[in-house]
Amino acid sequence: MKAAAPIIDVTGLNKRFGDKHVVKDLSLQVSEGEIFGFLGPNGSGKTTSIRMLCGLLTPDSGSGSCLGFDVIRDSARIKRKVGYMTQRFSLWEDLTIAENLDFVARMFGMARRRETVDRALEDLGLTSRRRQLAGTLSGGWKQRLALASCLLHEPRLLLLDEPTAGVDPKARRDFWEEIHRLAATGITVLVSTHYMDEAERCNRLGYIAYGELLASGSAEEIVRSQQLVTFAISGESGPGLAEALRKLPGAVLVASFGSTLHVSGHDDALLERSLAGHIAGLALHMRRVDTSLEDAFINLMQGSRDQFEMPA
Amino acid sequence: MNGFSFSRWLGILIKEFIQLRRDRLTFGMIVMMPIMQLLLFGFAINSDPRHMPTAVVMADPGPFARAYVAAMKNSEYFRIVGTVDARDADTLLDRGEVQFVVTFPVGFNRDLVRGSTPVLLVEADATDPMATSGAISVLNKLGIEVFAPDLPGVRAAGTAPIELRIHRRYNPEGITAFNVVPGLLGVILTMTMILMTGLAMTRERERGTFENLLATPATPLEVMTGKIVPYILIGLIQVALVLVAARLIFEVPMQGSLLLLFAVVLLFILANLTLGITFSSIAQNQLQAMQMTFFFFLPSMLLSGFMFPFRGMPEWAQVIGNVLPLTHFLVLVRGILLKGNGLDLLWGHVWPIGVFMLAVLALGIKTFRRTLD
Repeated sequence: MKAAAPIIDVTGLNKRFGDKHVVKDLSLQVSEGEIFGFLGPNGSGKTTSIRMLCGLLTPDSGSGSCLGFDVIRDSARIKRKVGYMTQRFSLWEDLTIAENLDFVARMFGMARRRETVDRALEDLGLTSRRRQLAGTLSGGWKQRLALASCLLHEPRLLLLDEPTAGVDPKARRDFWEEIHRLAATGITVLVSTHYMDEAERCNRLGYIAYGELLASGSAEEIVRSQQLVTFAISGESGPGLAEALRKLPGAVLVASFGSTLHVSGHDDALLERSLAGHIAGLALHMRRVDTSLEDAFINLMQGSRDQFEMPA
Repeated sequence: MNGFSFSRWLGILIKEFIQLRRDRLTFGMIVMMPIMQLLLFGFAINSDPRHMPTAVVMADPGPFARAYVAAMKNSEYFRIVGTVDARDADTLLDRGEVQFVVTFPVGFNRDLVRGSTPVLLVEADATDPMATSGAISVLNKLGIEVFAPDLPGVRAAGTAPIELRIHRRYNPEGITAFNVVPGLLGVILTMTMILMTGLAMTRERERGTFENLLATPATPLEVMTGKIVPYILIGLIQVALVLVAARLIFEVPMQGSLLLLFAVVLLFILANLTLGITFSSIAQNQLQAMQMTFFFFLPSMLLSGFMFPFRGMPEWAQVIGNVLPLTHFLVLVRGILLKGNGLDLLWGHVWPIGVFMLAVLALGIKTFRRTLD
């Protein structure tokens, strides 16, 4: 029986830049064929973590393996087997689409380079535009080209750093369908994102803030681990309602979703009582809803900030 | 409403100063450049060089000849390296080890006493006409000064007691272009080779494509050498253009082997490209790479013997100059083009360029950031 072998298995990775501790004791296990979502606020250490996994950065301490290779000693080998898509478009804008693919294929020493490039162009649907400069492509096409270029050497692990930033919803959806198609063929994917809908498409998630991995697991596990109950308040909410609700006993976090407000807390009875008391007489009504992933993340972020800014 | 707003203007001014201060390298250049230039070039540059190495060929060692040699020494324009025979003197000139060879003919002392104006042969290495002109004008005056006290005839006649026959070797007409055009070859190569490669890598870094390159299995040596080769070709094309122009327009002679010349040029191009690539792996952006290029380019221009006679510089400046590839390249190109020197005579100026290149290459590979740490 083939157990889901861990493709990424690292423990205690640390990285400091000067006196900034960017990644603290990162431990992470990702199994083969999994789509692992990496979430967290800007500057939380997502990019640094990804760079350490693909051998672009050497961890200060820690150990582990990626694709069975040691992350410290075998970074050159890891590079050959990993497809890394950078946050910013990093192909050569002054080369054509075909020239970019050809260059990358050469860098990885592909045996049947021409065929590989032709096939990639065909899969992309860019065969007719192969002589177009990459710099003139739209954001969505750049992203597709970047993905195609990191798939050329048939990596077993894809590391995608905010691949859909600045890409329109249609292109994003297509992109994620492609990711799922790839995962179905056995490629493991680690993707960082800010979008909740993308997070929900992942098999497992990790939430990182201030360099620390605060939670990991499936979306449901993460929501459950926060032990929140949530009520949706809707109706004619005046200005200052969110502020007022936040001060109620039992309310831990208030987030607005369009015209409704989500109020979450840990103490079910207390929160329900104080909310009911507050909306009595106002043109508002409340109903119990499932705590969303976003609620859970906001709670995680708040918790980590409190911990970070006011160390106990 | 679109008048000149002082506070807006001040805002721009302050922002500019803040950014200047943040860019450490630029800030350093602003301070370093004038100080370095002033000290280095102010003390080092001397367009009237003295203490030029001179060999004496003495066919008639008599008191007057000795007195004349002593007077040459005292003039400070000449440093007598020794008395040699005529053949050795030629080699010394070819090698560029001496600037002058002064030959006292047979019967020099006798003719002087008789008042029959002996001929003093002065051979000058005129590849750089500027370096020799001061010394030669001094020689002209020396005759009367030295011999007038002892020879009443000289005193009375007031004419020169000896005849100076000056051979401007390698460049008989003292054409400055013969010196400048081969020199320009080196200057042009230094400038374009360092700058172009300097920008090659920083461009990748600025555009973010460097990260992509690092993520591939490419090694530092592959990246560096792969980026160098196209520019070698460009450099060789430049050289061919300059040489054709030198021949057709300036009629610069081509005494030596063209093959040797191109071999030497290739080495020089490689040394400069290596430096350029190293600069660009140190510099954070294209501007810094450009600044570093100029920082290196200025001393290359001024301390290599291109703009001012190398022998005119004080010892310490010559030491700095000897590190620069351009210094040796100038000797090599002038030696091949004007003197027709072969590798046997020039080897001493070939290996320093090679050493420079290897040292810079080692530094470059060390600083090339394989990872982004």
